[in-house]
Amino acid sequence: MSTPTSASAPAGTSSGAPTPGPDGGSLYWLVRDTWSVTKRNLRHYVRQPRLLVFSTIQPVMFVLLFSFVFDGVVGVALPGGVSYIDFLLPGILIHSSAFRTTQTAVGLAEDLERGVVDRFRSMPMARSAVLSGRTMADLVRSVAVLLLMIAVGYLIGFRFNQGVLAAIGAIAVVALFGYALSWIFTYIAMVVPGAEAVQAAGFVAIFPLVFASSVFVPVATMPAWMASIVAYNPVTLGADAARVLAIGYLSDDYGSALEPIGWTIVVSAAILAVFVPLAVRRYRRMT
Amino acid sequence: MPAVSVEGVEKHFGSTVALAGVDLEVAQGEILGLLGPNGAGKTTLVRVLSTLLPPTAGRARIFGLDVVDEAPEVRRRIGLTGQQAAVDEILTGRENLRMFGELFHLSVAGARRRADELLERFDLVEAADRPARTYSGGMRRRLDLASSLLVRPQLLFLDEPTTGLDPRSRNAIWEVTRELVDEGTTLLLTTQYLEEADQLADRIVVIDHGRLIAEGTGDDLKEQVGGQVVEVLLASAHDRAAAMEALGSAAHPVGEVRVQVGVDGHDALTRVSEVAQALDRAALTVRDLGLRRPTLDDVFLQLTGGPPPGAEPPAAPSPNGQKAAR
Repeated sequence: MSTPTSASAPAGTSSGAPTPGPDGGSLYWLVRDTWSVTKRNLRHYVRQPRLLVFSTIQPVMFVLLFSFVFDGVVGVALPGGVSYIDFLLPGILIHSSAFRTTQTAVGLAEDLERGVVDRFRSMPMARSAVLSGRTMADLVRSVAVLLLMIAVGYLIGFRFNQGVLAAIGAIAVVALFGYALSWIFTYIAMVVPGAEAVQAAGFVAIFPLVFASSVFVPVATMPAWMASIVAYNPVTLGADAARVLAIGYLSDDYGSALEPIGWTIVVSAAILAVFVPLAVRRYRRMT
Repeated sequence: MPAVSVEGVEKHFGSTVALAGVDLEVAQGEILGLLGPNGAGKTTLVRVLSTLLPPTAGRARIFGLDVVDEAPEVRRRIGLTGQQAAVDEILTGRENLRMFGELFHLSVAGARRRADELLERFDLVEAADRPARTYSGGMRRRLDLASSLLVRPQLLFLDEPTTGLDPRSRNAIWEVTRELVDEGTTLLLTTQYLEEADQLADRIVVIDHGRLIAEGTGDDLKEQVGGQVVEVLLASAHDRAAAMEALGSAAHPVGEVRVQVGVDGHDALTRVSEVAQALDRAALTVRDLGLRRPTLDDVFLQLTGGPPPGAEPPAAPSPNGQKAAR
């Protein structure tokens, strides 16, 4: 196991070239290499203004559209005192977070088609840093978009009402859930060849998950057979967890607030436990 | 211990056999030229040796380390500059070098310093803060090579390093390559440019259809094809028959207006003079006449039974000035 010391880099031309540092086996190097790749991916977002603008406009547009379009219909189905924007915003944070994970897959698939990955793979860096640097950069971006959506929500009447810690908890739960999902899509990017196919596959997987959930409407308003399925949808769990932390709203399906929160954490951890090793192994074996 | 040792390596992609059993050894400090046409298996072999592809069969070791079982250790000793520049298009040249430096586990400050040195060395200072996608092909290739040299590799793979490059970038890459070898780096160079292999490499291995078909120094390979010839470039294709007749049985045509006469152990100068006199007697107009050694193009033609690859002229000015006669 290597020690966390850097190789020295003496001055000089090619004749003075340093020797490589220790091999990337230790956790220290995994973290540092992940950070190097994360920086690269964040630079990519910032340097591609069109991508940045459209990927930011979309979630904001969704907040505005859904809050005004569904308010009249869904608003009346909510228990007294809960406004639709309060109900909607925590759910739509999950919705947006889940949809953005398809971008993780697309970004990674594009990377794999690029020559630079060959260099990464022939270097003594921590191999999985290409994947962890991608999901980490997407997490950073995701939290930035969540904050923007919340700001827009505040302009049209949304309020956190459970205190600062609960509000931070709501954002953390959404971020964790999105992060876990992004590893599923990392794996999809490994097994489906080509960025466009990956995007198509991602949408097929994410659409039913997001819409057959409590994101937009209370589960109680759905047909009984569907409600029983939707109750087990992890997106429902995530939305309900965010909702109880953000506005204290808990549907009758749960005994306590800890249930949706706890289950969301358990489901996220389980997804990570399965898909991180799968994706990393697949990447290592990739030809 | 050899730098590279390959035993019976095969690589299949489905039913396609890219490498059909390769045995090869490269000594430390040697420059090996791997010469072959497109699709011969050069790049596949380089990818196997640089741990990017596991072989289907056989074993490959780099400084005694297995490329599959000990891949992380192998990666600490190699540098790879591929056919397509493996740099990040969106990052600037400087950012690319710093990132790769960090990923080679230099300290952050060390990576910065080394990046600046390399930008200087590869004449990229002016372009250092522009995204790599705005670079010309030659600049990109220089950045790519610089990325392989953030730490000094013990073994450097150069996969067609000068394909499609302008002479300036080509010379820059050759110069750095020679410097590295002087410092003890072992070099495995693939090329379809016969001249390039002849100029740079100590030893040349010819690969075709996934097999090594010949091996030796440039001179050895030329020897296999035959000795010196006197080559005559005629003014007109109509003169060829007359020239053949004048020159007798030792002459053979090698094109519309080109005739060669084997020296075949005679004194070379005498032979030139004889040929000149014979042509003069026949009153033929000659555009060029000279002593010529077979080029690697001829070697290639003979070994693979096909025309040498690439319509482009070879990369280097010919060492003995025969280019003018061709």
